[in-house]
Amino acid sequence: METSIIIAGFGGQGVLFAGQLLTYAGMDQGQHVTWIPSYGPEMRGGTANCTVIISDEEIGAPTVARPDVAIVLNLPSFEKYEPLVKPGGVLIVNTSLVSEQSERTDITIVEVPANQIAKDFGSAKMANMAALGALLAKRPLFSLDDLLQTLHDHLPKRKHHLLEANKLVLQHGYEVGMGTAVPA
Amino acid sequence: MAKELLKGNVAIAEAAIRAGCQAYFGYPITPQTELLEHMSKRMPELGRTFLQAESEVAAVNMVYGAASAGVRVMTSSSSPGISLMQEGLSYIAGSEVPAVFVDVMRGGPGLGNIQPSQSDYNQVTKTAGHGDYRPIVLAPSTIQEAIDLMVLSFDLAEKYRTIVFMVLDGAIGQMMEPAELPPMRELPTERPSWALTGKGNRDKNIVTSIRLGAQPLADFNDILQEKLAVIEKNELRYDELYTDDAELVIVAYGTAARVAHTAVKHLREENIPVGLFRPITLWPFPYQQLGELADRVSTFLSVEMNAGQMIHDVRESVGRQAEIEFLGRPGGIIPLPEEIEEKVRDMWRQKNLAAQIN
Repeated sequence: METSIIIAGFGGQGVLFAGQLLTYAGMDQGQHVTWIPSYGPEMRGGTANCTVIISDEEIGAPTVARPDVAIVLNLPSFEKYEPLVKPGGVLIVNTSLVSEQSERTDITIVEVPANQIAKDFGSAKMANMAALGALLAKRPLFSLDDLLQTLHDHLPKRKHHLLEANKLVLQHGYEVGMGTAVPA
Repeated sequence: MAKELLKGNVAIAEAAIRAGCQAYFGYPITPQTELLEHMSKRMPELGRTFLQAESEVAAVNMVYGAASAGVRVMTSSSSPGISLMQEGLSYIAGSEVPAVFVDVMRGGPGLGNIQPSQSDYNQVTKTAGHGDYRPIVLAPSTIQEAIDLMVLSFDLAEKYRTIVFMVLDGAIGQMMEPAELPPMRELPTERPSWALTGKGNRDKNIVTSIRLGAQPLADFNDILQEKLAVIEKNELRYDELYTDDAELVIVAYGTAARVAHTAVKHLREENIPVGLFRPITLWPFPYQQLGELADRVSTFLSVEMNAGQMIHDVRESVGRQAEIEFLGRPGGIIPLPEEIEEKVRDMWRQKNLAAQIN
């Protein structure tokens, strides 16, 4: 079983870190993992993306044409990756910055007001965590507790004062994904 | 030591440090810069030498100087930077001093771009500078292998007093994968006997690439060729996947080999008997091993992230009888497994069709 995930958004939205967190979590669960950022000219346009692969077998190609999961945190990323998600896959859309709606019926779409959730808990910088929470609700690659443990283990100590808020945002994102969220 | 999630460039730098690299000279260039950056932080911490040169030309000559003094030394760069180093490389080869180079290749020709490519295959495997010599060229396809080959690079450089190149494309430099670093090696306490260490009471040592007489230079070339023949015999490295019963074999290295690996797995699920032959040393190239494979396999596909460079060595290995096709992506594009699968399916259909007609 191999899952490919593309996370895309503006630079500064924590796209690369969100990908690394998933990668660490996969590694901590004993899975094979790869993480690769786009570092080409598209970066200069202010967008950033990374591809994460989590697999129970050795991983060959670190990039994919069509991901199983796409997390799109801004409109350019929505436009680029919404059509590419594999049928049966999952698309997480940050509705705080993406006003368009997907018309696809062959994938699971989760709309998460990620910036708003993050802002409600203290800072829009945690929007990436809201999106990851929503992803785990639809694609339980690992449990929310496992991801929280990974965040605790791999977040640099100097940032540990942010753990609690990140945890709450992840939790809330998860509930949005499950459809059980009540507004914060 | 446990596995850590490591970025290729950083893993390589740390592996070099643990292998006992005493001096690093370089100039920043994408997609290799994190390697230099890690060196700039760690080498001074350990009391070793890090120096950012004013150019690649200066860096390679600093490497030449340190190597002549018997110091374990390296540099790293990316394609255009390696082009600038050609003269120094040739001088190092002509002086028979050990030096390690890492080339995190990007798209060319010219300034090209910064995306992953295997554009330097010809440049590094055929000479890497003027004159008759070849560096040992190692090509990892995972971050663990990059770490292991980095350590090996220093050993081989010193064993043969030669240049060792580790070449990877930007994708391996930029990606993260779990891998294990080696323990820290102790630094050598003495310099090699041939090194320039200040004459003192010993006999005079000369390190030079100038041999003005035709005969002395011819004699030196003979010695160099003999050494290269020994390396060719002893230092071949390659890997095979599903080649035992393969009727069609993909030849690829580095990231192209990773992509081919994925394609081979998928194609095997469709019962297409395809295998993967992966050179780990690009020089010496496994001509003989690939040639032996051609005794029972007649169809090959060279997959490269360039317009077709290794394919000539594949041709030389397998002979004129074998059929060779090429799938390449120049300009900094990583081929997709789907492209390789489509190509192999097509080749397999043609092969069966030809068999039916015969």
